[in-house]
Amino acid sequence: MSKLPLTPESVAEIVSILDGSGYDRLDIKTDAFRLRVQREHVADSKSGWSQDWDFSAQDASKSAETTALVEQLADSLCAISAPLPGMFYRAPQPGSPAFVDIGDTVTQDTVVGIIETMKLMNPVHAGCAGVIEGICAENGAMVDGAATLMRVRKI
Amino acid sequence: MIKRLFIANRGEIALRIIRTAQRLGMTAILGASEADLSSTPALMADEVAIIGPAPSSLSYLNVDAVIAAARAARADAIHPGYGFLSENAAFASAAAAAGIIFVGPDVSSLKAMGDKLMARKVGIEAGLPVVPGGEAADKDAALVRAQETGFPVLLKAVSGGGGKGMRRVDSPETLLAEIDTAMAEAQASFGDPRIYVERFIASGRHVEVQVLGDGKDAIHLGTRDCSIQRRFQKLVEEAPAPAMPDDARSAIQDAAVRLTKHLNYRGAGTVEFLVDSETFDFYFLEMNARIQVEHPVTEAITGVDLIEQQLLLAEGYPLGFRQDDLSMTGHAIEVRINAEDPDANFRPSPGKVIRAAWPAGPGIRVDSHIGSGGIVPPFYDSLIGKLIVHAETREDAVKKLADALAALKIEGVATTAGLHRRIVQDPSFRRGDVDTRFFGSFSA
Repeated sequence: MSKLPLTPESVAEIVSILDGSGYDRLDIKTDAFRLRVQREHVADSKSGWSQDWDFSAQDASKSAETTALVEQLADSLCAISAPLPGMFYRAPQPGSPAFVDIGDTVTQDTVVGIIETMKLMNPVHAGCAGVIEGICAENGAMVDGAATLMRVRKI
Repeated sequence: MIKRLFIANRGEIALRIIRTAQRLGMTAILGASEADLSSTPALMADEVAIIGPAPSSLSYLNVDAVIAAARAARADAIHPGYGFLSENAAFASAAAAAGIIFVGPDVSSLKAMGDKLMARKVGIEAGLPVVPGGEAADKDAALVRAQETGFPVLLKAVSGGGGKGMRRVDSPETLLAEIDTAMAEAQASFGDPRIYVERFIASGRHVEVQVLGDGKDAIHLGTRDCSIQRRFQKLVEEAPAPAMPDDARSAIQDAAVRLTKHLNYRGAGTVEFLVDSETFDFYFLEMNARIQVEHPVTEAITGVDLIEQQLLLAEGYPLGFRQDDLSMTGHAIEVRINAEDPDANFRPSPGKVIRAAWPAGPGIRVDSHIGSGGIVPPFYDSLIGKLIVHAETREDAVKKLADALAALKIEGVATTAGLHRRIVQDPSFRRGDVDTRFFGSFSA
């Protein structure tokens, strides 16, 4: 029934066997996983061992759909980009008015949105002074780190 | 007998539960969100059921969705892990109503411990000392209460947990402003604005006792010290609690067993205490009615598989061993490796792990769902793995931890590994002489 390839105890045993041998490295590859156990030089004359698992089926493209791309802008415009990857919110709470809208004037420190990453709410600051000209990411959209959220016409 | 176990969680704890379930011959069914379909637990489970979109409120926290998925999967039991719905009485009731065993204590125990004020009351009934303080229905009551107990005080959410919703207040002037924020936060996080006031104990140690109960009898599996915390979030945990006189250790272990029996508690639980670093006077804080993140340090020194015990007790078996049957060997330390950047104010660092070389060897255990190429989604908490070391003495365990941390290499996301390398070199940590102020002065 077990699909788990090796228990932690088995890995510890493999290391004990390797440690007593002349080998520095073990590399096992099957359809389901690849395990590399290798000697790591940690300090002066000492060494430790590491285990490196790779489950090939893990595929980045399926993990999350992200929107908004980093874009090149003219000198008169600046981009407000996401400080972190995460969920982008334009308002402090559902149903509240948006922090800013097209046509609003912002300064460097104006909060224009929130990025929720790992249960933490991170404010997004405009970072430049000007007028909001375009909004590139929808409320509630998943965005990549550094993705453009809004465009500001500098003043 | 549990044949089909539904796991309503994710990450390392889901993988941990799958391991034991499969070893016991159960079919492990993982309830996963859309963001976790290619996670290691999803690949290792015997079956995967989709419970909803990525955000936890639509998946891991959605009672109806989880119960519906467990029913559709013909599960006969649900293991909730920690966090998410693990201590949610409505979830446990819904499972029971669907004819599915909830792997956790009775709803009555969840209710008694889910409300901090109720927990205080039950603790007092069981004869446990509690920190001076109490309910504060409004600002005036809070002020009166705070003046009774003396500043600084700690404001806590009645329905809080996991260190969230706690605020330290140093003077009457700041109290009124802090109360508003505390109540708003409590409402937003737990749907319950009620708060209470407790005296803030500056030089306390956070010591907890692992217990098991079968509804009649109860035993303890020793102490854990979790004093190294940042903003009430644990970073390092060890078992047994170091530098504690035998009589003080026995006293809190006995108190934990007394509370467990008083509740007719069935399952695994943790009774948390604040212990005065000098006098070893102790105060009951709360009981966590679930498996804890730091359970592996107890498993290391006792040799007991706590997930297996949870499953056996949920099936209705009485405790399989007595207090005298247990013996504790050596010392274990766990460090939490989080995808956070300690050099940038612990900013979350989700993304793709290019290479994950975890330490390996005798006396080293790694509980992690993140291998090379693994994804840390931005939706959930930042724990990517736990490194647990076990050795004969604390001194040897600290050495082993230092060497293991030196061999650990995570590339692609920022982690707290470097922070732990610094903690392990700290003289007061090496002496086992830390209290809850440690992190504040360490990082200052």
